[in-house]
Amino acid sequence: MKRAPSFMDLKDLIAVGLLAIILIVVFPALLDGFRLNLVAKYLTYAFVAVGLVLCWGLGGILSLGQGVFFALGGYGMAMYLKLEASSVENTKIQSTPGIPDFMDWNQITELPYFWQPFHSLPLTILLIILIPALFGFVIGSAMFKRRVSGVYFAIITQALAAIATILIIGQQGYTGGVNGITDLRTLHGWDIRTDSAKFILYFVNAILLLCIVGFAMYVRDSKLGRILVAMRDKEDRVRFSGYSVANFQIFVFCLAGVFAAIGGAMFTLNVGFMSPSLVGIVPSIEMVIFTAVGGRLSILGAVYGTLAVNFAKTSLSESFPELWLLGLGGLFIAVVLVFPNGLAGIWRDYVQPHIDRALKLNSKDPTDPAANVAKQAAAASPAE
Amino acid sequence: MTTIGTPPKEYLLAVEGLTVSFDGFKAVNDLSFYVDENEIRVIIGPNGAGKTTVLDLICGKTKSSAGSIRFREKELTKMSESQIVLAGVGRKFQTPSIYDDLTVFENLEISYPRGRSVLGALTFKRDAAVRERVAEVAEAIFLKDRLHDNAAFLSHGQKQWLEIGMLLIQDPELLMLDEPVAGMSVSERIKTAELLNTIIKNRSVLVIEHDMKFVEDIAHKVTVLHQGKILSEGSMEKVKNDPKVVEVYLGH
Ligand SMILES: Nc1ncnc2c1ncn2[C@@H]1O[C@H](COP(=O)(O)OP(=O)(O)O)[C@@H](O)[C@H]1O
Ligand SMILES: [Mg+2]
Repeated sequence: MKRAPSFMDLKDLIAVGLLAIILIVVFPALLDGFRLNLVAKYLTYAFVAVGLVLCWGLGGILSLGQGVFFALGGYGMAMYLKLEASSVENTKIQSTPGIPDFMDWNQITELPYFWQPFHSLPLTILLIILIPALFGFVIGSAMFKRRVSGVYFAIITQALAAIATILIIGQQGYTGGVNGITDLRTLHGWDIRTDSAKFILYFVNAILLLCIVGFAMYVRDSKLGRILVAMRDKEDRVRFSGYSVANFQIFVFCLAGVFAAIGGAMFTLNVGFMSPSLVGIVPSIEMVIFTAVGGRLSILGAVYGTLAVNFAKTSLSESFPELWLLGLGGLFIAVVLVFPNGLAGIWRDYVQPHIDRALKLNSKDPTDPAANVAKQAAAASPAE
Repeated sequence: MTTIGTPPKEYLLAVEGLTVSFDGFKAVNDLSFYVDENEIRVIIGPNGAGKTTVLDLICGKTKSSAGSIRFREKELTKMSESQIVLAGVGRKFQTPSIYDDLTVFENLEISYPRGRSVLGALTFKRDAAVRERVAEVAEAIFLKDRLHDNAAFLSHGQKQWLEIGMLLIQDPELLMLDEPVAGMSVSERIKTAELLNTIIKNRSVLVIEHDMKFVEDIAHKVTVLHQGKILSEGSMEKVKNDPKVVEVYLGH
């Protein structure tokens, strides 16, 4: 139960190191290009799941609309890539050359103003962070300052996911509609469709995810992380200790949103398109399930949970596509009822004790468990 | 307003004409009272008299329907809960309100008055000053051996102490305690009285309590509340012998 509050203690370091080895050495060594690209796709969802650990697991704020943030990042990147693919040269057969093909099909003759900034890569990267942060801030301020929380907040975010899908599909001249933004080719002149580009993008994605994991751990181990837990427990007490609870809720909601947006942008780069199928209610709920399966309090659990559910989804839906949704629902119920701490809880309760025991058998001075616990407590104690 | 003109001297806390109604029911009704600096005021009264509601109003948990609450030149009725805390008002709830999932150390650390903004919390350093203060308070609240246990594992009495400790570390000018010894064993009560006697130095305290022995021990002045109004006010001696008080409160 007890965690040393210091950032990146030995245990964290080993665990993150292990994940890094799996992502950077094991997967690339074992998987072919196609499978590795699939893993890259799964890992982009893990950005969302890590954000949900902070927002939902620690802070108790359940958002069923993370797909919206995923879309803000994903579409931002897709708009940049699409503009680069729609040079006058490439689109000279259109009635208006130089604009994305779907706009031309929808009788649009001029690039809309909100597409203009996405001509520039630095601006695009900036907007991929800023727009979701701003959106999170506006929604968060509107909700949390009014003390909307719990189920009401979850329902409102779910409605946002539905609205976003409807907007994207309805405005097909501006967004590519139900097909999304496809036929993406180059990133600043670098062809992202080749096998070697996909291989490189896999590593960029994995390393970025490890950075986000590290940052999330920093937040968790800071006093802010403990305030999030305190808020989940006793919101009023936090208020009467002199904190503005709404500000902390807004912050963590924005942070989770930015993580999700980075994941969305990486999705577009790795998978090569962005579409409303990744935005709505179902994908948003799936992201919550990844987090729950991993263990909603565990940042690393979120990554493993995302991978596990997606591997299962891919293999199951290849053979029994119609069973997948049922399986997913069943999985969620099982996790909530039987393993509320998900994979991380199973690891902690069933695997970790064996490892600890094995390590102790090997160590030279055999100490009794009580003394060992006391020693750990002393090591964890900040007062010593 | 029941008071005519402004009070001649400067009080730490001046409550005037305070009223709150819940769906027409006036839980606190045109209430006025004043608390001096370094004064220990005890509020007594039967269940449902509105005692807890008065504290709720002062600390901003409940918004008043009418009246004013002035604390050091500041109008508290217009401030948010966290602003009221920053102004120097601390409050202990009737049932222990602590963070079960955090350790005793972390519970106290969160109440340490530094790094209360988002950025401040993110960059907060657990330095020697924090550790020393937490250790000091933990010692005072009899929990120095439990610093690294989760608060969920504490007994009811220990939870009450922890919450008192959280207020202590906050170092408020006005400390409000809602039934601090309720539900405690006799030995815990004695220790708590001892604890309160040490922490009430150099600040004003507003205590709600039923234990008359305890009240006699600490009160400078007693306010008796009944149906949202003041029934009697003054020294313990005076209040105890007030026939109205005997009838509605002390008599049974
Ligand atoms: N938030 C509220 N909504 C409606 N009624 C309330 C609320 N808070 C308190 N009351 C009512 O106000 C009265 C005073 O309650 P309270 O202040 O808790 O009494 P005491 O602490 O003196 O026992 C009670 O009748 C209670 O039911
Ligand atoms: Mg009460």
